[in-house]
This record gives sequence, structure tokens and C-alpha cells, in this order.
Amino acid sequence: MSGGHSTYSPQTGIERWFDARMPLPRLIHDSFVSYPVPRNLNYAYTFGGILSLMLVVQIVTGIVLAMHYAAHTGAAFDSVEKIMRDVNSGWLIRYLHANGASMFFIAVYIHIFRGLYYGSYKAPRELLWILGVIIYLLMMATAFMGYVLPWGQMSFWGATVITGFFTAIPLVGEWVQQLLLGGFAVDNPTLNRFFSLHYLLPFMIAGVVVLHVWALHVTGQTNPTGIEVKSKTDTLPFTPYATIKDAFGMVLFLVMFAYFVFYIPNYLGHADNYIPADPLKTPAHIVPEWYFLPFYAILRAITFNIGPIDSKLGGVLAMFGAIAVLFFVPWLDTSKVRSAVYRPWYKLFFWLFAINAVFLGWLGAMPAEGIYIPLMQASTLFYFAFFLIIMPVLGLLEKPRRLPNSITEAVLEKNKASAPLPAASTETTS
Amino acid sequence: MSANEATDHNRRDFLYIATGMAGVVAVGGAAWPFIDQMRPDASTLALATIDVDVSAIEPGMSVTAKWRGKPIFIRNRTEQEIEEARQVPLADLKDPVARNDNIDANAEATDLARSAGEGKENWIVMIGSCTHLGCVPLGQAGDFGGWFCPCHGSHYDTAGRIRVGPAPTNLPVPTFQFISDTVIRIG
Repeated sequence: MSGGHSTYSPQTGIERWFDARMPLPRLIHDSFVSYPVPRNLNYAYTFGGILSLMLVVQIVTGIVLAMHYAAHTGAAFDSVEKIMRDVNSGWLIRYLHANGASMFFIAVYIHIFRGLYYGSYKAPRELLWILGVIIYLLMMATAFMGYVLPWGQMSFWGATVITGFFTAIPLVGEWVQQLLLGGFAVDNPTLNRFFSLHYLLPFMIAGVVVLHVWALHVTGQTNPTGIEVKSKTDTLPFTPYATIKDAFGMVLFLVMFAYFVFYIPNYLGHADNYIPADPLKTPAHIVPEWYFLPFYAILRAITFNIGPIDSKLGGVLAMFGAIAVLFFVPWLDTSKVRSAVYRPWYKLFFWLFAINAVFLGWLGAMPAEGIYIPLMQASTLFYFAFFLIIMPVLGLLEKPRRLPNSITEAVLEKNKASAPLPAASTETTS
Repeated sequence: MSANEATDHNRRDFLYIATGMAGVVAVGGAAWPFIDQMRPDASTLALATIDVDVSAIEPGMSVTAKWRGKPIFIRNRTEQEIEEARQVPLADLKDPVARNDNIDANAEATDLARSAGEGKENWIVMIGSCTHLGCVPLGQAGDFGGWFCPCHGSHYDTAGRIRVGPAPTNLPVPTFQFISDTVIRIG
């Protein structure tokens, strides 16, 4: 798929004029029209497109919200309420933005788990995967700072707890925290700079997305079999096949998004954030947004000192380590076979990992006491064991199932088995 | 020039490296104000002091004042609370250092060293910001009758010393003094 010759031939005079000066139409044609995609991509592969759509939704709604928002501790909360009550359609735009963040994370988690299941991170796609992890980190920073802006109780105390992580760094921790906050506690300077950065980061995400797509178009997509494209019969042109499939996936996703926005707009939020920030009163129960809960559970699982590392630094290191380990996944997985479809043991552990991740999320919402603490510890242990022990060891021990010779062969076999259709009318879906 | 080619190369290398180094220093110098502006500004740094009148605080009561954007706990402890704190062996403490800005930095975390000093043992003044991740602990709560942080479950005793939970150090005692019998000046 990479380095294929361009099939674009300008038809009209205007196209020829552009092609000789700045061949943007050619780039678009080669990237999104004639670009060959594996013929067996399933709906799990539509989330890249959905994520691009969500980034656009967040940027558009965010720019509009910024026109009505006031980044000052005395005015922020009221300006958000003004958006909800006075600004024309303000309620809709704010709910789209707030729920859009959650939808963005739902999509990114499916996208990441898709990559883990089908081994999308393996050579030659390591860099593609690493760029994805960078995007995920930028998303987390953006979402965190965005959540501070309404200046409710959860905004304030979430910001206090998360910037408190940096005080765990030995020696320079306090200094770093004060650098981030612009003061001794979360206050107006903090709100101002978070607003500025919250506006900036999505455009940085867009930049890394361009690199991510570039890297994707050099190596080509993986597919559920994990076998590289070998011949022309293994692929279909991006348009109309992938375009329509992506569009249909987006429509279904937008239906779910709309359900949240119009029927349960505050379901994923926290009621305490409708109380204005009070620096003297911590809510009884600080919980981050749902998409951070698994990491919050890992943070709180470390209640003991490990040698010279105290429990506070240990918790922060474990939490950042839980994300950092993703960068090394391409080298931690030692299996020669990409897709979990042909790896029975990996498939089992993958699903255990997925269940464990959801369980960690549930634990993240529970108080740090009683039975929850050992459960958090066990669950955290499995999280790290999956990457650091199971992935490397399974690749060496596991006996994979027989791989088909090509994508075409896999598709034809599947269709022969599932439906009494003649092989000539093979479907594009798997 | 061609006769001295070797020399020229050395001179050129030197000039390239010197220019490059000067460029790095210049970029660093230009970047510093952009980092430096993030630090607490002059108005935030101006060491504010606040005076708190504690004449109305009976034993067993406490007030919370606000200093540098953070809550300050001022508690008039009962005899029983002081006694409880006194009887804790220092070996039981997670953090054996007093963390009191008014006395020696390495002082042991005895009850006296945590309090307002001889004759004022009943008073305890602390920054009410959990040393774990900065939540405000709840007063008269927790397993030791002192403070309890609801965020991640740190328990402090009646002298504000960390006993159980993820917080690494005792609640810090800020610089303060009694400017009269009933007024505390913090800062």
C-alpha cells in the first residue's frame, strides 16, 4: 500500500492548473479516494474516522463557548450558567462539548482496545502506535484542564488533587507545583492559564493526528487477520467502501451521542460541579471524570512505602507508569502473530485485561477504604502483569492457530463457512 | 586560502560550534521569561499576614482562616485531646519531624513541638491542606479524633500528625505568633 504510484489523473483545466502548482487534489485523491484498504476491515476500524469527527466537534463547540466564557474566578461559574440559561442555544452547545469529551474518550478507548486486540502496534507500526499514545496523553491533559474551567467544586478540587501529584517529585516538587499553579493554591492565575492551554492543546492534537494519519498511510492499515496486504485482491479503494462504512459508523455513534446530549446530559458529570468552587471546603467524595477512573484507582492502590519511595510518590509513579507502559507495548509483545484471532491464549488474557480495566474504573469511583483497597491493589497488579509478564511470556509459549495465506483466502473461507453464497459475491465486511 | 585548508577547517569548525553555542544560549535566554512568567507573581508572593482573634474559641472548638489561598486550622484543644496526643510514642509516628516553621526544622514531632509552645499547648495552628494531594481534611474526625481527609483516607491525630493513610508528612505549622493573649498573627 505504501509507495504506490498515484492513480490521480486531473480531468479538468482547473485540476491540471492546481496539480502543476500545489497538488492538493492529488493528495486528497490518493489518501481518501483511491487509497487501498484491506477488504476485511470490520466496524472496529471505523473509530479512527469517528475520532477525527469528535475532534472537529470539540473544536467547533469549544470556540463558540469561549466567546461567552469568562476565565476569572469571580465570573467563571456564572458565565457558564449564563451560557446555559441566557445564550441562544448555549445549553445545547455546552452539553455537546461536555458530553463530546466523554464520547471522544469512549471512541479512543475502543480504538486503543482494537489496536491491542489485533496487534496493530507491531512492526512496522510502532511509531504509529506511539503517536497514538501521545494523542491520548494530550487528550487527557486537555480534558482535565477543560473540566477545571466551569469552576465548580469538582473543578477546583480535581485541579488541587491533580496538581498535587507534582509535589510528590523529590526536591523540586513544590517548585514545580507552584510553577503550574502560579501561586500557593489553585486560584485565578491557575484558571487563566488552564483556559489558555485548553484552547491550545486541541490544535496540538490535530497536529499529531496529521502525523498519525501520515504514519498510517505509509504502513497501511492492519486488518482483523493481521496478515499484510499481499495482492490487489486483498484491498478495496477507500472510496466508496471505507468512506461509506466510516460514515455509517459515525451516524450510529452520533445517535448515541445525541441520546446523551438530549436525554441524560448530566449522567456522566458530577452533581457537585454545580456548586461554585470553595477553597475552604473539600467535597466528601472527590472523583475524577469517568475516563480517568482506572488511573485514579491505580493511584490510590499504592498505600504502602516501597523502599525509599513513599506511598505518595509510589502512587503517582504507578499512575503515570500505567500510561507510560503503553509506549513500550510494541516491544513487550514478543509474538510473531499479530491478531488475537489466531492467538487463543492472548485472546483470553486480552478479555481479562478489558474486564479488569472496567473493574479498575468501577473501583476508581469507590472510596479508598475497606475491601476496596486490596481489590484496587490486585487489579493494579493484573494491569501491570498483563503488559510486563503476560505479553512477553505468551509470545514465547503460545502456539498460534494456522494463519491463512492471505486476506483474500481468509475472507473466502469465512464466507464459505458462514453463508452458502458463491465466492464471487464476497462481502466487504467480515 | 587553499594552501591552509586544514587550518581553515579547524577555524570553521570552531566558528560553527561557537555560533551554535551562542545560538543555544540566546534561545534559552529568550525562553526563560516565558517559563518564569508562570511562577507566582509579585502580588501572590507578597507575604500576606493575617490576624485572627481567637478569644471566642472555647476548648474543643476550632476555626478555619484563609491565608495565601489555603485554609488555616486553629484549634483550641481540650485537656483530653492534648493528653491523647502526648501519650503517642514517637516510634508510632509515620512522620517523626515536627514540621513547625517556628522551631528547628529537625525537631521531633512531640505534642509540644506541634503546638503553640509552653503555656499555649492547647492551641494548634496548621495549614489545613492534606500533605497527600491538597484536599482540606475534616476536623474532629478520623480514627484518632483529629482530622480526616475524605479524598484518599488520611487520618491525622489531635496534634495534626499523620497516623494512617497515604499522606507522607504531618500537617505543616506556618509561621505565627500570639501578638496578644487573644490574637494570632499568621505569616
